[in-house]
Amino acid sequence: MLKLINIRKSFNKGTVNEKLALDGVNLILKPGDFVTVIGGNGAGKSTLLNAIAGVYPVDEGKIEIDGINVTRLSEFRRAKYLGRVFQDPIMGTAADMNIEENLAMAFRRGERRTLRWGVTAAERKRYAEYLQHLDLGLEKRMTSKVGLLSGGQRQALTLLMATLKAPKLLLLDEHTAALDPKTAPKVLNLSDRFIQEEGLTALMVTHNMRDAITHGNRLLMMHEGKIIVDVEGEEKKRLTVEGLLTLFGRAAGQELASDRMLLS
Amino acid sequence: MSQILLGAVALGLLWAIMTIGVYITYRILDIADLTVEGSITLGAAVSASMIYNGASPYAATGCALLAGLLAGLVTGLLHTKLRIPALLSGILTMIALYSVNLRVMGKANVSLLRMGTVYSPLESMGLEKNTAVALLGLVLVMGIIGILYWFFGTELGNVIRATGNNPNMVRAQGINTDTAKILGLMISNGLVSLSGAMIGQSQNFADVQMGTGSIVIGLASLIIGEVLFGRRNFFSRLFSLILGAVTYRVIIALVLKLGMPTNDLKLFTAITVALALSLPMFQDYLKTLQRSMRGRRSC
Repeated sequence: MLKLINIRKSFNKGTVNEKLALDGVNLILKPGDFVTVIGGNGAGKSTLLNAIAGVYPVDEGKIEIDGINVTRLSEFRRAKYLGRVFQDPIMGTAADMNIEENLAMAFRRGERRTLRWGVTAAERKRYAEYLQHLDLGLEKRMTSKVGLLSGGQRQALTLLMATLKAPKLLLLDEHTAALDPKTAPKVLNLSDRFIQEEGLTALMVTHNMRDAITHGNRLLMMHEGKIIVDVEGEEKKRLTVEGLLTLFGRAAGQELASDRMLLS
Repeated sequence: MSQILLGAVALGLLWAIMTIGVYITYRILDIADLTVEGSITLGAAVSASMIYNGASPYAATGCALLAGLLAGLVTGLLHTKLRIPALLSGILTMIALYSVNLRVMGKANVSLLRMGTVYSPLESMGLEKNTAVALLGLVLVMGIIGILYWFFGTELGNVIRATGNNPNMVRAQGINTDTAKILGLMISNGLVSLSGAMIGQSQNFADVQMGTGSIVIGLASLIIGEVLFGRRNFFSRLFSLILGAVTYRVIIALVLKLGMPTNDLKLFTAITVALALSLPMFQDYLKTLQRSMRGRRSC
């Protein structure tokens, strides 16, 4: 479903601040794969997701989504294949527009926008049903501005928007990191449910080792722009936090650097 | 006095069209677009020189609208395709339009005295000029509000609104934000230019200087409208722009009547806008002050 061939990307090229963020990443995802990506700060996790989404062009390599070469496509042209949820709940929705208008924007992802009504009556019914499944009471607030929702509600809405038109690939970029400890598991469970129900292929970046172990069928660990650990299936199911730390030590040849990973 | 007031209301209705244009860029797209200073004059220049050369006033006004769309297109292309910051793109087009407007008119001003304008049919029905301007202005501005209310409820309209809100989200939904910005700038400047054409014909001349400071007048009208008449929903927001523009004109007419020299008008407008824009900050400051006073008392 996703094929990355030797992706390289550096920032601030030719200056003293040059940083090699992706150092020859190769990755193939099968349809239905739910892959968690873990790694310390600056390991290249978010850069990987942004490179796939086309936020910036890569220096080298090839990106294919479902057999389509998207390496040279701009961000908005690739969006047709992708569903995205960002770390910052503010990023995924338009605050001054109401819930149904936001959903309607996502419902038309990849389509031509015309002078037809932005939200139709038939859509409203559907959206209300979908929102009911979130179990947040949002179906009663469809004409409320999204800016009035809490971070968790906004993130749940963004998740619904990202999966409304089943994307070929769902990109979750630490999408629960900015939420409070009570809301984060809810949004995470919701992600699990959407991915399973729709049979989506997904890539989830996280800082939390336990989340990375308990979710998905495959786990990647990144370090200094490379994928250094790649476990799946039964091996992943048996994985523990300690086991992950040992794997990291062996692969990177050093102690795990990020306190944030250890503490969470 | 009632003549002065009617004149102010009539002029305010024409400026309301311009204010709606400013609202589209400043509030919806979140871009401070200075192109309007040039495109309001462009509208007056195009319509006046066409009427002067024998064209129908309606065709001339329509062409003014088209010219405004083009001016917006130029700013949009400078901003999105050449990546020039929005403010600077607007300034560049504004400066360029100064020369364009001189070219269009062939001189610094064109007089339309004793020539037919869009208001002539109403005047020949026995209406006074001010009444004719007010009537036509009201019909036009209500029509524009109706069209915009519909447009910003369509898929394309939603795209423009969302682009001003969160371009990041818009791109993630597979939309080219460049196109949305260009479209918004075009509609805005089209309206501003149309407003210029209507103003020029109401005062029977077009002058290359008439756009100077117009962005500030537009902002003043917009803010007066928002402060005095609220912004509950999109329709009331649009409607408040008309009331704001008219109120601004009435205030100006009153202070002039009270003896303020015309030359101080722009200074007065600038101070009004600066005060209105800083209002939220003063409100915050007052709240903090109140809170800290209360805190001290309870100690």
